Amino acid sequence: MKIIVLLKQTPDTEAQIKITSDGKNLDTTGLKYIINPYDEYAIEEALQIKDKNPSSEVILLSYADDSVKERMLKGLAMGADRAIQIKNEELKEIDSLTLSNILAAAIQKENPDIVFCGKQGIDDDNMHVPVMVAELLAWPHVNVVNKIEYKEKELVVSREVEGGQVESFTVSLPCVLGAHKSLNTPRYAALTGIMKAKKKPFEQKTLSDLGLNALTLQSSLQTTVDSYKLPPKKLEGKIFKGEELHTMVDKLVEHLRTEAKVL
Amino acid sequence: MKRVLVFCEQRSGNLKSSAYEAISAAYQTVNDSSQVEVAACVLGYKIETLSESLRSKGAKTVFTYDLDVLKNYNPLAYTEALSKIIDEYKPDVVLTIASPMGRDLFARVAARKKAGLLTDLISIHTEGDLLKGGTKPMYAGKVLAEVSYTKNCSLRMATLRPNSFKVLDKKQQGDTVSMKPSLSDTKSISFNSLSENEGTKVDLTEALRIVSGGRSLGSRENFKILEDCARVLGATVGASRAAVDSGYADHSMQVGQTGKTVNPTLYLACGISGAIQHMAGMKTSKIIVAINTDEDAPIFTIADYGIVGDLFQVVPLLTKKLQATL
Repeated sequence: MKIIVLLKQTPDTEAQIKITSDGKNLDTTGLKYIINPYDEYAIEEALQIKDKNPSSEVILLSYADDSVKERMLKGLAMGADRAIQIKNEELKEIDSLTLSNILAAAIQKENPDIVFCGKQGIDDDNMHVPVMVAELLAWPHVNVVNKIEYKEKELVVSREVEGGQVESFTVSLPCVLGAHKSLNTPRYAALTGIMKAKKKPFEQKTLSDLGLNALTLQSSLQTTVDSYKLPPKKLEGKIFKGEELHTMVDKLVEHLRTEAKVL
Repeated sequence: MKRVLVFCEQRSGNLKSSAYEAISAAYQTVNDSSQVEVAACVLGYKIETLSESLRSKGAKTVFTYDLDVLKNYNPLAYTEALSKIIDEYKPDVVLTIASPMGRDLFARVAARKKAGLLTDLISIHTEGDLLKGGTKPMYAGKVLAEVSYTKNCSLRMATLRPNSFKVLDKKQQGDTVSMKPSLSDTKSISFNSLSENEGTKVDLTEALRIVSGGRSLGSRENFKILEDCARVLGATVGASRAAVDSGYADHSMQVGQTGKTVNPTLYLACGISGAIQHMAGMKTSKIIVAINTDEDAPIFTIADYGIVGDLFQVVPLLTKKLQATL
């Protein structure tokens, strides 16, 4: 089986996100990057298929700048076979649809049986790529997947929706699946894996390698980010302490009723 | 006259009440609400009776697509059906609530129609009598982004975060259009079942009131204290990651960066210290109340009200007081 795992790098979840003084961009100085946490579940799922079918090939794919190599090496150390970076220097700006077009073009060149990715990037929280890539490939998709049952020619896939409920779908291959947290437990890269990773094939491609035209892509942008701002700082809250519990609870309820008007 | 189409979600023949928020938001996509025509659409099976409710909340024309294959969510069948309605009505803007279904469907439709899609907006902006864009939380709410459609964008789609838009009184008269064409895109994926875990409870992401617990609860049984309070408030119970990791609550109850992002009117945090990742998931709550024995707990920095005290004593007292008051 040929499996592609889409990967992106994001700032660490602990990171304090700063904005440039003109508000137009994020200030990325000093930010530590990691593999988008949900993508790790995608990598693990691909590797579990490979564990059961050793002749399978797991390919990591990312549209990014050269610093993504660090993240790719981690995925290769976990057990992926090769990595492809599509260099992102040619486009000044990108949106989900443009990115999905680029990824779909790269996927088509590889002709895999299945594509895994994380359900969303923890940066934009959009949940667009798994769905849009599938549409552009004309493949079925299921996003927010927490369980997969592998059958002969199809998969039975569980998708988490609201209220803790789960929708079950039967999907034929090829398809795109977006991994959610409870899908599996990502493995740690063993030391031997880390050594082997550096020797595994790492390819860099440009947009024209994929048969795409940068100008055409740039001019077909549908959405854009105009500016960023920090959420409004809250006014200092009324914190009750040191009084009798009954009194504090009464005061709280009174405030919620008459001042905040939420009761 | 601008045309806005609102996709209204139904499950098991029941319209999601959050759909009305999207219909009301449709009227806010223009400066002068007399300059916009709002249509609603609903996909499903045996859903004819839903039109009137939609009209009572502001939809003029209601498109229904009533087919067995649409009874439950199917990404391909729903994408094909909504695309056909868009081709029929030719709207300038298409809106829905950013529920799991809404987000999934709109991403696929946007790719099919080469539309611009803005997701999970907490507010919208109008310019020149057309929806220009809006505000969307990023990095689990650590940053707000002002996003917009480019000049090239001919079809503007958006999903709106639940509880961000008020439901307005906008009764309308209009027609119901029953879509007839059969759908072809139904083979490669089929719906099997929906497991009814907590079927009737309001999902955290759409809840107006939430009572949430941290690791201090100490056990799954102790969460009953929060359930009692939630019952009186008509609230949904949530949990911090620490509580979930300790096995005191299910992952589906987790609020935070790697759990659910919530936007309630009232968020009651009991024994939750307030890790950055937790706060990222509930910061936009209108009123935050914190109960914690540690007065230096970070949660107090974002709380509107709080009590420094033991939740095991405070919460039952609160439940009793609320029972008497509400």
